[in-house]
Amino acid sequence: MKQFKGRVVAPGTVTAPALVSHGGLNTLASFQKALQFGDKNATCGDQNNPDLYGKQMAGKALCLPRTIGSTTGGLVLYCACSMGRQPACMLFSEPIDSLAAAGAVLADVWLDDAAAAMPVVDSLGEEFLSCVKDGMTVTVRENGLVEVD
Amino acid sequence: MTQYNMKLTAEQQAILNGEKGETLAKVMETLVRYGELFGAQSMVPVTSRYNHLVTSFGLKALGPVYRLMDQLIGTGAVSAQQFSADPRPLDKNVPSSFLQNIVFDHFMYSRQADYEAQLQKLGLMDQDAFTCACYMDEVGNTPAQGEVLSWSESSAVVYANSVLGARCNRNSGIIDLMGSVVGCVPCFGLLTDEGRRAKWIVEIRTSKKPEAQLLGSAIGMKVMEDVPYIVGLDRWLGTLDDTAKTYLKDFGAATASNGAVGLYHVEGITPEAVQQGRALIEPGAQTYVIDDAELQRVYDSYPVVWKNKAAKPKLCFMGCPHMSFEQLTSWTEKVEAGLQAAGRSRVAIPTVFTAAPAVIRRFEGTPWAARLKATGVVLSYICPLMYMNNPLSTAMPVITSSNKLRTYTSARYYTDDEILEQITKGGNAQ
Repeated sequence: MKQFKGRVVAPGTVTAPALVSHGGLNTLASFQKALQFGDKNATCGDQNNPDLYGKQMAGKALCLPRTIGSTTGGLVLYCACSMGRQPACMLFSEPIDSLAAAGAVLADVWLDDAAAAMPVVDSLGEEFLSCVKDGMTVTVRENGLVEVD
Repeated sequence: MTQYNMKLTAEQQAILNGEKGETLAKVMETLVRYGELFGAQSMVPVTSRYNHLVTSFGLKALGPVYRLMDQLIGTGAVSAQQFSADPRPLDKNVPSSFLQNIVFDHFMYSRQADYEAQLQKLGLMDQDAFTCACYMDEVGNTPAQGEVLSWSESSAVVYANSVLGARCNRNSGIIDLMGSVVGCVPCFGLLTDEGRRAKWIVEIRTSKKPEAQLLGSAIGMKVMEDVPYIVGLDRWLGTLDDTAKTYLKDFGAATASNGAVGLYHVEGITPEAVQQGRALIEPGAQTYVIDDAELQRVYDSYPVVWKNKAAKPKLCFMGCPHMSFEQLTSWTEKVEAGLQAAGRSRVAIPTVFTAAPAVIRRFEGTPWAARLKATGVVLSYICPLMYMNNPLSTAMPVITSSNKLRTYTSARYYTDDEILEQITKGGNAQ
């Protein structure tokens, strides 16, 4: 087991299988079909992301460097959380970008339902993203400690 | 009560403490937490006359957003500024099938009328203020250099920062509105002098004027969220006239959607580059050289996601972001000349040009409008991206010269010249 320490953006604890994107997550391109057409698995629709395209994002420990693309990104994440189609957590190797930060903070401040929770940790470092692989078990602790098994 | 590090004014602190109600306290808490993630130590007043919101579409799937907006309206937490918003998702003038119309009207955008009513209550500039290119003179939401904005819409933010010299972070939808509600935004990133310095030098060494959408895509994918300082492009742009502004509109949209660029400097062209020159470049900045081969490499890297890659295109969209008046007139001439050369009178592929309602009104007051209409091209205020966001449209072979539309949908990218060839001469896409 390897441990990585990051910064807590949205607090929480969770254990989930990893889903890894080595490129930036285009939030709108990835989630739009899932939100519009009732895909509870949140299958990634971003054709430009070979790591994620066609894979289930809901319930996964989504490990990524950053998000990119449209400024709808934050509200898309907020809606995904509100509708229970969010990743189990989002774990950023880099400092979080403004769109993902907006989604994480909006969900944490405005959604009270426990089913909407999505712990977010950033600044986990490049080694985190090179270590974690799809399907590995990832545990997030309240203090921003991330364990990869 | 949670303690924050940010230094707030007495009024901001009172809002955060709930003295003006729970909803406003949550708005302030959202902005403070958001800003602290980026090291903001204070809030700064929003100084632009108008805001711009990315969310213009009554998508049924965005129910949580509408509920949040209802909460803001219900508690009087409406925008202190008027605002424009992104384009409407529906226009009956745009070709669509019976099935598409059912999907659009009854499933996807069934909340459109309700949502537009919400926007009116929150402070929409006017009933036609729906465009992603709100900074066009005809629309009137054109901030001045140095003004602080709370905008969203990636293509508008990068244009406002780069071409106009305004100051705005890449705000998300909802955050944009919240800045207007409390009249301040956290001070970090592109609002600061330090955050506007370039971490990349991009050298343009092409043998001809690079395609705006392709160049923007290449730079966006390389520098991601960093600020590039671009040298060698002034050779092709000349001065910051309407043609150059149109070029930079399309270029910037591609940098923002294919990467996450919020600001670029073009040597000799954009205002801060003219005023400060290479002093804007950070020591140790990386260099990216773009020549003809690099643009070809980027072009060839785009995946084609059509089921039948040899399908004959059924629709062409131009105008993501919305076209300028200058683009509408120059493209009218190009289409006319292309049709004449091909011995045709009307376009071979159903083609839609999109522009802001105010730009369309100006265009329709000129002889150009009748000439464009005679070619068969449809002029619309629609958002092509919203049109494409459903399985029926995804299954259609749609072509575009917009790298933003390519990125978010199944539309296939071609250069402007290739698009002109296809719509005037027809033929299968290969």
